[in-house]
Amino acid sequence: MSKNSEFVKFDKVDKSYDGKVLVVKDLNLDISEGEFITMLGPSGSGKTTCLMMLAGFETPTNGEIYLDSNPISNIPPHKRGIGMVFQNYALFPHMTVYENLAFPLKVRKVSKVEIDKKVDKALSMVSLTGFENRMPGQLSGGQQQRVAVARALVFDPAVVLMDEPLGALDKNLRESMQYEIKHIHESIGVTVVYVTHDQGEALTMSNRIAVFNDGKVQQLSSPDKLYEEPVNSFVAEFIGENNTFQGEVSDISNGKCKVKLKEGEIVANPINVKSKGDKTTVSIRPERALINPSQKMDNNYKGKIEEVIYHGDHTRVRLNVLGNSEFILKVPNSSQNIDIKLGNTINISWNSTDARALDPK
Amino acid sequence: MSSETKQILTTDGIPLEVSLKKAEKKNKIKAFLLVAPLLLFLIITYIFPIGEMLFRSVDDRMVTNMLPKTFKAMEKWDGKELPPEEVFEAFYLDYKFLVEEKTFGKLATQLNYEKNGFKSILKKLQRKMKKFEQGNYKEQIMNVHKRWANVEYWRAIKRRAPDITYSKYLKAMDMYENEDGKISQVSEDRRVHRILWLRTLEIAFFVTILCFLMAYPIAHLLATLPMKYSNLLMICVLLPFWTSLLVRTASWMILLQQQGIVNDFFVWIGLVGEENRPEMMYNKTGTYVAMTQILLPFMVLPLYSVMKTISPSLMRAGKSLGGTPFVAFWKVYFPLTIPGIGAGCLLVFILAIGYYITPALVGGASGTLISNQIAFHMKSTLDWSFASAMGLMLLTGVLVIYWIYNKLVGVDNIKLG
Repeated sequence: MSKNSEFVKFDKVDKSYDGKVLVVKDLNLDISEGEFITMLGPSGSGKTTCLMMLAGFETPTNGEIYLDSNPISNIPPHKRGIGMVFQNYALFPHMTVYENLAFPLKVRKVSKVEIDKKVDKALSMVSLTGFENRMPGQLSGGQQQRVAVARALVFDPAVVLMDEPLGALDKNLRESMQYEIKHIHESIGVTVVYVTHDQGEALTMSNRIAVFNDGKVQQLSSPDKLYEEPVNSFVAEFIGENNTFQGEVSDISNGKCKVKLKEGEIVANPINVKSKGDKTTVSIRPERALINPSQKMDNNYKGKIEEVIYHGDHTRVRLNVLGNSEFILKVPNSSQNIDIKLGNTINISWNSTDARALDPK
Repeated sequence: MSSETKQILTTDGIPLEVSLKKAEKKNKIKAFLLVAPLLLFLIITYIFPIGEMLFRSVDDRMVTNMLPKTFKAMEKWDGKELPPEEVFEAFYLDYKFLVEEKTFGKLATQLNYEKNGFKSILKKLQRKMKKFEQGNYKEQIMNVHKRWANVEYWRAIKRRAPDITYSKYLKAMDMYENEDGKISQVSEDRRVHRILWLRTLEIAFFVTILCFLMAYPIAHLLATLPMKYSNLLMICVLLPFWTSLLVRTASWMILLQQQGIVNDFFVWIGLVGEENRPEMMYNKTGTYVAMTQILLPFMVLPLYSVMKTISPSLMRAGKSLGGTPFVAFWKVYFPLTIPGIGAGCLLVFILAIGYYITPALVGGASGTLISNQIAFHMKSTLDWSFASAMGLMLLTGVLVIYWIYNKLVGVDNIKLG
């Protein structure tokens, strides 16, 4: 079975609501069949608009969206055959769980026997067998969420859209639902386009993540690449935690660059800097900076501990390094971190490859 | 079982229930005092008048009190032949007393309700009575007017003997208790009330339907438009609400009359000729148009408040699941608005069924409702007991409709806001 790598295709899509501001700018995005892709970004970044355009509730101002190579801009939502899970579930409150799930099948004129079979299957998939006759109001948030997922999948759509489906759940439930949705995706192989502003959710669930900001896709890559190798300072800032230094490139050679800061100088990995004199933001993940490392590293500095915050499995330490008093270190909760005390000065090091010199802020 | 369950005590050893009651007593008194003024107000202005109305509609003691001796003497009379001398004598004594008290006019009015023709013969009797000699009153009274020798009139008097009567209710249904005590219909040319009842129901029903048909899209727009437009539209809906009812009705009169603006417009666009301008007022059309416009906000507001709570994502969900816009509307949106529809329709229907000023002004002869008839008897004929009877029938009708609605839809499903 060959999978279509352009199953869903956004081709130069622009969207504006008022004719003055572009909410989505020149969006080009290919989604392959069976993929779990997440649109991640802060609110107002255009991710939900993209989803609504794909679902058919908004029309692109310019450009075209293709579903399985067919342009769909002129197809109304009910003919697109795209399942959707809404932010607040949008379960029909006057229908039982069974009727909710049967709705998409009934409008497709599926026979009663077939409907029963499909509803049963969908409910067992979300482990809600036996809840057929409940009203949505009698279910807990998590159960409603699962009904919404089952309803979006029951008519075997080619694509399922999920618009911040877990936003209303509490933390523990959210995490278990993340796994559940991921497992459902893996077992039935449907293409999922997922929208969220929660980076943890995006990282755990997706095959690929499209980070949106300001109407543009900032970076589209797998979760690990996104975290390890952000291509610009917005992505570095938005995904995970991040220590930054503002400076100016003073030397660039052999895949390394020297960045001059207000106080001192660091060796970094040039990503978005081309030549000497470029302004840059250097980004280092907290866990990449180590205290007294056993291996030799090419950045070694001293820092004064300004704050120690206990987090259970790890301790966060705020240091003043090279004039940056917001430098965060994550220290695993093991026995060797004895000298972490307020006011102490410690040695910290990192590799220049982990210090990414990105575009200036 | 209950005897086995252990009584729960507070830490001080007082039973929990007693302690709870004590603790809540103060709050209960406070709450009661807060609602007491309203309760008192309702009792004085609402419950008491309704009770009074109920009483008045069946009360028939006036004649009973005016002719005590007559009715006592009549107890033995079987009503077949003319009554015996004792009855005539008793009637003479009662009537003489009333003449002396100068309250005989009331008796004449009351008896005339019962049978036409009483007024004149009672007046005549009052004039001739001064010259009556003692004894043989039967002869003397019968000589005053030949109607006094007619057994029908004496039966009519006897029918007024009981303290209470339901004759007013029969009258409101164009029926009466005839001489033999059987309930029968009045002659065809005098059946006015039944037509009025039916017309009231018909107009209230169609006004409700018209209001619903017009209010539904407006309410939907109100609930879905962006704030700045919906506020404007809301003001348009409420503006008539803030204008006096009389002013609105009067403006409909200006618009709808034969030389009015609407007719002028029809002539101008050539829809109708100058000679045959349609009559849109002083008939049912006028009542329909004016009442629908006036009652529209009562339909819009409950619908709006319900539609406001329906998340737009539900319609979207319906469409994304494959429903055409119509299916999504009919299967998802419409059922969710039923509480609002119920509330709006009930409100408009109940208001319409008792509507008075507007039909009185624009309804003419064929557009008036039962409430106009009630007002007529309150103001013109002063037959308050008849007006009360009709008022109570109207009230009962409303309660019945409410009860049916409750059975069909459930009052819990009403949502006014």
